[in-house]
Amino acid sequence: MSGDAPMRSFAANLPAPEFADAAFVTPVPLAEAKVAIVTSAALHRANDEAFGQDDASYRVIPRDARDLVLGHWSPNFDRAGFTADLNVVFPIDRLEELAERGVIGSVADQHYSFAGNQPDDVATIIHDSGPAAAAALKADGVDVVLLTPV
Amino acid sequence: MCVLAHIIESAGIATVALASMRPVAEKVAAPRVLHGEFPLGRPLGKPGDPEFQHDVLARAFALLDAPSGPVLESHPEVIEESADAVSCQIPPAFDADASPAVSEARGIRKAYDRIVARRGVTTVGRAIDADTVPAALEALERVVGGTPLKEANLPGKNTVAVCHDIRTYYEEAAIELADGPVAGGRAIENWFFDETEAGKVVLAARAALSDQGAPFPFWFYMAPGHR
Repeated sequence: MSGDAPMRSFAANLPAPEFADAAFVTPVPLAEAKVAIVTSAALHRANDEAFGQDDASYRVIPRDARDLVLGHWSPNFDRAGFTADLNVVFPIDRLEELAERGVIGSVADQHYSFAGNQPDDVATIIHDSGPAAAAALKADGVDVVLLTPV
Repeated sequence: MCVLAHIIESAGIATVALASMRPVAEKVAAPRVLHGEFPLGRPLGKPGDPEFQHDVLARAFALLDAPSGPVLESHPEVIEESADAVSCQIPPAFDADASPAVSEARGIRKAYDRIVARRGVTTVGRAIDADTVPAALEALERVVGGTPLKEANLPGKNTVAVCHDIRTYYEEAAIELADGPVAGGRAIENWFFDETEAGKVVLAARAALSDQGAPFPFWFYMAPGHR
């Protein structure tokens, strides 16, 4: 019995917001770029505030934090992969390796986490918490953001 | 979430999004997207495989070289979820007075404690802690036996959060108990719902709540939708 297939069909039929005149930034070379992760896996530190259902706020994940809880409310995806290796959702150790090898410039000190299960219009994230996180990333001097879903 | 890519890009930061569902990524049309047809919940594809994860990242970051967008590419490797259950031996718990599910939950406690000590963190705790899992299973067994939810004395109250904690308690223990490399996508979920006593209790309580006329969100999200 497949669990992913019905989720894929369901999601394909959800309404998606449209972005007119979408921005497209030309980044600095990757080897000079400060890179941050933004995930929608509802990750948070164990002692940080948990995500509620339909929670549109975000949590900050410090670069060194590995005490991460998968706070997503949906039961409809594999959670064990994250438990075995958090990099399969949040590839922070891989970024550190890329920085050591000089492939990326540096790893940002702060990363950001949202909850992926949201109301269809995603209004709060589009108008409030999303721009707030973007401003925080800008203030952190981040050049490139890697987004990882769940 | 590709919506966030648009928002962050409009703030002047270049974004690369990993996406699990190509049709959704096509609709949202974020500036740069690498789609990976991987099990949902595993956007980097393979836990415990740094080489594969680096391959995903290299392909994602290569999209930064595109002079204009949106650009959407797919990773060449497709990874299906597992149709099987992970092989996992549950230690026996000798407790004649306890139900099979409660006895089983006590039996895996040492494995659960070991993985929590190793990882330094647990995702159990949304509504109940590990100590309360047996009592929660007993309450769900009362629901299966016909007791209305309000009278079943469910610790943690929220059925969805309690079932999340029970499942997570089992899944974390299973990773400790299973031999070999990390199991495929959903193989541990399959083990919990198809092979454990607790999984059967959760599914039976969910069906009982549906029959009792409990509100849809109270029971539906106690387990994955396809179950």
